Amino acid sequence: MAGLVLRDIRKSFGSVPVLHGIDLELASGEMLVIVGASGCGKSTLLRLVAGLEEPTAGAIELDGRDVARLDPAERDIAMVFQNYALYPHMSVFDNMAYALKIRGLSKADIAARVRETGEMLGLGPLLDRKPRQLSGGQRQRVAMGRAIVRHPKLFLFDEPLSNLDATLRVTMRAEIKRLQRRMGVTSLYVTHDQVEAMTLGDRLLVLHKGRAVQLATPMEVFERPADTYVAGFIGAPAMNFLPGVLSHGGTAVTLDLGPVLVFADGRRAVADGTRLTIGIRPENIAADPDGLELQVDLLEPLGSETVVIGRLPNGELLSVKVPKAEAPTERMTIAFPAAHLHVFTAETGLRLDP
Amino acid sequence: MNGRTDWTAHIVLGLGVLLFALPLWLVLVASTQDPAMIGRGELSLWPGGGFSVYATVLREGSPGVAPVWHLLLVSFGMAVGIAVGKILISVLSAYAIAFFRFPCRMLCFWTIFFTLMLPVEVRIIPTYAVMAGFGLINTFTGLTLPLIASATATLLFRQTFLAVPDELVEAARMDGAGPLRFLRDILLPVSAANVAALFVILFVYGWNQYLWPLLVATDSRLDTIVIGIVKMIGTGDTSIEWNRVMATAVLAMLPPVAVVVLMQHWFVKGLTEGDK
Amino acid sequence: MERRTIFAGWALPAAFVLPQLLLTIFFFLWPAGEAIYGSLTRQDAFGIKTQFVGFENFVDLFTDPLYVESAGRTVLFCAAVSFLSMGVALLLAVFADREIAGRGFYRTMLIWPYAVAPAVAAVVWLLLLHPQIGMIAHGLKAVGVDWDYKINGGQALLVVVLASAWKQVSYNFIFFLAGLQSIPRSVIEAARMDGARGWRRFRTILFPLLAPTTFFLLVVNLVYSAFDTFGTIQALTQGGPGKSTETLMVKVYRDGLVNQDLGGSSAQSVVLMLGIVALTVLQFRFVGRRNSS
Repeated sequence: MAGLVLRDIRKSFGSVPVLHGIDLELASGEMLVIVGASGCGKSTLLRLVAGLEEPTAGAIELDGRDVARLDPAERDIAMVFQNYALYPHMSVFDNMAYALKIRGLSKADIAARVRETGEMLGLGPLLDRKPRQLSGGQRQRVAMGRAIVRHPKLFLFDEPLSNLDATLRVTMRAEIKRLQRRMGVTSLYVTHDQVEAMTLGDRLLVLHKGRAVQLATPMEVFERPADTYVAGFIGAPAMNFLPGVLSHGGTAVTLDLGPVLVFADGRRAVADGTRLTIGIRPENIAADPDGLELQVDLLEPLGSETVVIGRLPNGELLSVKVPKAEAPTERMTIAFPAAHLHVFTAETGLRLDP
Repeated sequence: MNGRTDWTAHIVLGLGVLLFALPLWLVLVASTQDPAMIGRGELSLWPGGGFSVYATVLREGSPGVAPVWHLLLVSFGMAVGIAVGKILISVLSAYAIAFFRFPCRMLCFWTIFFTLMLPVEVRIIPTYAVMAGFGLINTFTGLTLPLIASATATLLFRQTFLAVPDELVEAARMDGAGPLRFLRDILLPVSAANVAALFVILFVYGWNQYLWPLLVATDSRLDTIVIGIVKMIGTGDTSIEWNRVMATAVLAMLPPVAVVVLMQHWFVKGLTEGDK
Repeated sequence: MERRTIFAGWALPAAFVLPQLLLTIFFFLWPAGEAIYGSLTRQDAFGIKTQFVGFENFVDLFTDPLYVESAGRTVLFCAAVSFLSMGVALLLAVFADREIAGRGFYRTMLIWPYAVAPAVAAVVWLLLLHPQIGMIAHGLKAVGVDWDYKINGGQALLVVVLASAWKQVSYNFIFFLAGLQSIPRSVIEAARMDGARGWRRFRTILFPLLAPTTFFLLVVNLVYSAFDTFGTIQALTQGGPGKSTETLMVKVYRDGLVNQDLGGSSAQSVVLMLGIVALTVLQFRFVGRRNSS
């Protein structure tokens, strides 16, 4: 098993920079998920590692060897594509065997390895079928099998679940996680889906406009987002943001709405009067008879819970998640518990910790 | 619709079928009848006299024309040679243009594209002169080679190749396939339907050539069946053995029609998807 | 359009385009260049001295009443062949597009004539219209029509138009049918919901949506009738009687190869080339628009 190191990877298409210097280190056997909105450069980063694009600058080390200028074939990396990219004219068996044939393995070895992998993925009875005779989930499995059968040093996944329907996506997600654990292969997984990112990754890399904004475990990203972009991107429904200024010697924020919230975790070491953005997740907002009034605009029942979208006295929209039984009809009064506040500097959007 | 029989459609299409089938039937009938009777215009609508005329024309042909088996052989060689040759060089050039970046790539493309506007008919005289310069008059090479260059086939394959998903190419590269292996193992099998369709179109194209063989091959040993038939009719006077002409016409139509009908599905798809 | 993924290296692709390029240069560009050169020069009677004469050959061409006549005849011929074969093909395609029993059979029976050589189509029509052996010819004579296209120029032109159009119907049929089938069913269903039926549906919905196909076919048919019909005409009338079926294509052949007038025929070739360039440019501009919309 191998580790992967990226050093200051930059990529421009013509004069358009797409990646502005990405540094990354993956431990052997780790699953790292790259997540971001479309156009953030996540697919480009994956293709650079695959060798399908050449970086403008920077080094890619696999197992201690710089592979940045090598052909994909020489890197010993396997990739699962978004649309699977199965060879339409070859049977499932031949699809999985193709890379092994090119490597010049013996017929017997190839057959043994393909059958073993096929069994593992439950593809045994399908080995003679053509891709067009398979369902979406089966194709997805073949695409995985084609990658696994090679015993590569590194797995790359390019949004492999985005072409599946919702139920199948959940099943395959679990299956990918189980397989990856079992095989212990270092993996890079690209997705725009935050649920996939949270559930699959040992760590997440959040990309925004070609820059790495946060690299941390899923829970850390959720609990301590590095900036307002990450805070808004991870979590559903999205975090609420309220403007305010630092006051009381850095120990509290005075919201533009009026209320003063005292920080639970201590004093911020910048000058009073600094503009802040306060983030609070909808599920953390509490009902409070003495709190701010929220005029109900829309109710979105999710089943056991209901999302209330309402208007604050100044007209701003705010979403609150409440248990079904507590869903208001016209108005509710709310408070922002100090323990759940995320504090960001308004100017830069960066997290401001004590 | 609604389970009712659409009589208008059946009548119109039936007439359409007759428009093509009836003349063909007459040609077939005429081939079995006495030439003198045909010459007098007394053609019956039912075959008579047997099909021995086919054996005769295949063996002997007509006065001044090579035996029909030989005409068929030349036509077949020409049609297959042109179809295979065109497909071969067009696949290669389209592959180079679609999958590589090399100096003068677009110049090559436009040079080939430009010949779309130079069908053999508009440049017969000068092409004839060039052929004479190469000493290719009255050779089989001269008959086929100039017709092998093809902008149409190149453009068609380029379009087909451009439509191959990028991911498929990338998957092959990740699997370790180089350009030659990719062409052989992935691209050609994936484009097999287009190749088949183009083969039909080009086979018919090669088989039906008239002007070019007329120019470049004056030696009767290089006469194709289309040339042979026009020679048989000559100026169309009554001393012609019409049954032999008609039998030859049937034999001339048979191979290309068979290819088109047997490969109808692929052929129609290839023709309409490639536009021309 | 360009591919995102490409292979590295230039020696292999260069070797791959070379055969096509060589054939193109030797058999297309060089002869075309010769034609242009020939059209601008003139040889003396003994073929020894060649002299640059500018556009004189072209001036001669367009002041030659025989050429102008032939050009007019070609336009008429092409228009008649295209209109006839496209009209019949469109009618057949509209009905073949309906959900009726035996569709597959009808289609096959209407597609096979694609494979018939233009010169062989002539033989078929000979059997119908030849003054001595033709079945229809005898019928016409029986009702008192003085039918003999070997003498009557107008009749001769009609014969070559019929034979040429007959052969081309299949090609047009294939494209019209494909064009009709590519019209989204939902559009036709919407028209049905709006109450458009029969002729009105054809005129207001189907025909406008077929416009790109129709235009494409028009260009193809004009090129076909101008050039590919050479075999048909040669087999039926050799351009006669007199010059009544002599299209520009037949004239190039006669002047260049039979009468050996190289300068004049080069100029004629160049005129034909310009014609086809104009048609191609027109078509690609139109097709380009169709793709982008």
